[in-house]
This record gives sequence, structure tokens and C-alpha cells, in this order.
Amino acid sequence: MPAVEVDDLVVRYGDLVAVDHVSFCAEAGAVTAVLGPNGAGKTSTIEVCEGYRSATSGSTTVLGMNPQTEQTKLSKRMGVMLQEGGVSLGARVGDIARLYCDLYGKGVNPSALLESVGLDERIRSSYRRLSGGEKQRLSLALALAARPDVAFLDEPTSGVDITGRQLIRGIVRELADQGCAVVLATHELDEAERVADHVVIFDRGRIIADGTLDDLRSGHDEIRFRTSPTLALAELSTALGLPVRALGDGEFVIDGDAQHVGALTTWLAQHNEPLADLRAGRQRLEDVFLRLTGGAL
Amino acid sequence: MSMLKAQLRAELQATMRNSEQLLLTLGIPVMLLVFFSLVDILPTGTTDPIDFLAPGVLALAVMSAAMVSLGIGTGFERSYKVLKRLGTTPLGRGRLIVAKILSVVMVELVQFAVLIPVAYALGWRPASPQWLGALAGVVVGTMAFAGIGLCLAGRLRGEINLAAQNGLYLVLLLLGGMVIPFSKLPGGLSSVAKALPSGALSQVLRNALTQSDSASTSAWLILAGWAVVAPAAATRLFRWE
Repeated sequence: MPAVEVDDLVVRYGDLVAVDHVSFCAEAGAVTAVLGPNGAGKTSTIEVCEGYRSATSGSTTVLGMNPQTEQTKLSKRMGVMLQEGGVSLGARVGDIARLYCDLYGKGVNPSALLESVGLDERIRSSYRRLSGGEKQRLSLALALAARPDVAFLDEPTSGVDITGRQLIRGIVRELADQGCAVVLATHELDEAERVADHVVIFDRGRIIADGTLDDLRSGHDEIRFRTSPTLALAELSTALGLPVRALGDGEFVIDGDAQHVGALTTWLAQHNEPLADLRAGRQRLEDVFLRLTGGAL
Repeated sequence: MSMLKAQLRAELQATMRNSEQLLLTLGIPVMLLVFFSLVDILPTGTTDPIDFLAPGVLALAVMSAAMVSLGIGTGFERSYKVLKRLGTTPLGRGRLIVAKILSVVMVELVQFAVLIPVAYALGWRPASPQWLGALAGVVVGTMAFAGIGLCLAGRLRGEINLAAQNGLYLVLLLLGGMVIPFSKLPGGLSSVAKALPSGALSQVLRNALTQSDSASTSAWLILAGWAVVAPAAATRLFRWE
């Protein structure tokens, strides 16, 4: 049985349909990335799963419980990271970690918790003095205080520097490896690509794709490269027998697999065209998203 | 540690670390009490101004802690999504509200532990004070002011709530019979002032502590009315996010 089951969920705010008949599952021991642009319905869906928001219609089950009617019971096994905020500006890092460890009562040591997210030296700092990345790491720590069986993390790497991102990615992976069902809402496709086992793509309140990264990228191999912006597109396309598109700033993409790389490099050499940033293989998640939505995040 | 104790500790830490709230709950009441007792410029109508001021400032202390301090703190917690974040923990709304009420009561105990000795040091000697009656007034007044504070905090944005609470505090202080007697207000305004929660509480406390006010029953009824209506309105109006 999946840890999270969302079935035909609808969330309306007055006339606005924020979530439109959405269904998906998230398994224990896996990271499920809920992707989509701002306003796509990700946060509303997650808030229904957390028991914070009521659904207009449809059903949601988390760890076998109804989040609306069994929220108190569910909250003991659920870690939550909000998109932003959640802590008073004047609260000290050490005090807030201690509070959440006491509220969940799982025997988590606040100092060890802060050390795990690299904030052990900020224990006496007030929340307002933390950088954006440090705030995100503290918010993640508060979710970890629950020793959760299911974790809902909303934009966990937003505003976080590279080192912080690596740390957060490692923690998210470790959580899933320990059996937790991690549901990660983000609009950062690179992050999802690095950490997710399963991807659900939202667009305008609906799910437009649902599957593993391999599922979503299969059958859509491509070759990307950079050369002079004045490249003779039509001539190259004819020579390779494949469609070639210009992406701007001298970047081009060929809809074809890696076996055409040799023909490409030969053609470029024969025409005295430079070659840089050559990459062949499956599409990036960003390309999958663009293909599915026809728009950018 | 139980969840309630943990949250109560967090509430008290937030109050103690907020210098503006300390100024409001303790600094201003002490300053008003000391200054206007030593500088006899208020038309108190009593031989010694402390006899008028002490009950009024105790009422002011209740209003500061239960309405303004609670209301501003809760308003910002709502704006910063602290309430939303706590709502996803096992704490629950019931324990959160109890923790907030207990923290207000503890702040009031500290206020009285400071203000009453200061008043005595300034020469206050209430004749046959009814401390139990005063305590009952404080409890009912706390409910009334907490309800008003949470009505504003549960509806307005953090900064607007801050301004509204401070503005209301000033109006209720000046019209509430705390430092200026009702008899010195214009006729119509005096009647309105007595119907305010601050006016009712200052009358109840003054009557209990000095036996000098005969409007006890009507003041009690008005205060009790506020203590029922304001929390009920807060329950209905409050938005957690």
C-alpha cells in the first residue's frame, strides 16, 4: 500500500480551481518529486495531504489515515517543511529545535539535530540573523525532529547555496533510504532530477506526467552542442536525416540518439564549424517538462 | 517534557526576549504609576493620586498583557506562518491556546508582583481591599481583552495588526478611567467610556480595592459581556493563516 494516495482530488478557492481531479501515489522508501511552476497546485495538494487544508472533493490517504479526520494521529509520524517562514523572527535556533524535539517526543537530541544540518554553531542565533539557506536547513531540521514515516518538503532547496543543496540532498536521500516516504514539491527541475525516484508533474492544477525519471525521459534521446550561431541548420538536418533546432546563443539540439554523434562531428569538421559542450543521451527533466507543457518553469 | 510545557516555555521565552512587549507590559504601567503618583497633575479627585492610579494601572497591566502583547505576538506568528507550522505538529490547537492563556496569566502575575509593591512603596494603603473580587475581575478582564486582541490578530496583517493594537491601547487607556477619571470626560463620552472593557475593568478593580465606586454591578455586567462576546467573536473570526 502506498504511503500517500491522492485520488481524484479537487481544491477550489471560490471560483478558482487550484487542483483539478488529481491522482497520484508516493511510496515508502522513495523520493517523490511534485514538480510544476508556481500556482500549479503543488502546495495546495500537499497541504491537503498534511491535513492543513480541506479538499473540495476526492480522497487522500496518508499512512493509511485520513489527514482531515486523523490529523493529530498522523502529525506524530509526519515531518513538514513549509515553503518559507514557520518560525518567529526573534526565536533562537537552539530554542526552536528544542521545542520541536519536545513536541514530537521522539527522543531526538536538539544539538545533534542541528549538527546534522550544519547549524550547530548557530545555536544561539536568532532566526532573523540566519541566511536564506540556513533558514531552509533549520526548517528541514524541524521536520526531521519528527523522525517521520512521511515527510512533505515544500521547496527545500529554494535560496540555498551549492554546499547547502548537497547537504539537503544527502539528508533527503538518507530519509528515503530509512524507509520514509518523501514528497518533495519543487519548481527546480535540476534538484528533482538529482534526488527523485518518482516524478509527478503539475501544470495548471492538473497532472500532466507521472512516473520514474526513466519513464519520462525514455524515447526522447537528444544531442546538444554549441557551435557558431550562423550554423547552416537545414544543411545539417539534411545530412543527418534528423530534425535540428536552434536554442539560441549558439546552442543547438538534434532529436536523435548518441549513434549520430560521429556524423555530427564529421560534418562540423568538414564545414570548419567549432564544437563545444557536446552532450548526447536522454533528455533532461527540463526538456521533458518543456515538451509536455510547451512552456518554461 | 510535555507538549504543553514545551509550548508554554516557548511562549514565555518569546515574551521575555521581546523588549517592546516588556516595555508595554511592565515598563509603561510602572512609569505611569510612579510618574503620576509623584507629579500630581492628574485630576484624580483623590487626596493622594496613588489611591486612584493603583487600581487603574493594574487594569492597564491586564489590558497590556492580555490584549496588546498577546494580540501583537499572535498576529506576527500568524503572518510568519508559525501557527501554520505548529498546526502540523502533535501540539494541536487546544494546547496552543492553553499555553498562550497560561503565558498571559504568568505575565500578569509578574506584573502584579512588581506593580503592587511599587504602589505600596508610593504610599498606597487600600482600605479593606477585596483581593478575591479583584482577582475575579482580572480573570474576567483577561478573557475580554484576550478576545479583542485575538479578533484583530486573527484577521489583520502583522504590521496593520500592530498599529491597530497600539492605537486601540491608547484609546482604551485614555478613555478607560485608568489614569483620567470618567468625571473629567465630556458627558456623552463618559457614558461610552464606561461601556468600554477598560472602563469596566478599572471600575471593577477600583471598587474591589478601594470601595470608592458605586457602579460595581453595571461594570461587572459590562465586563462579563465583553468576556463572552469578544472570545466568541475571536473564535469565529480567527484565521490561522
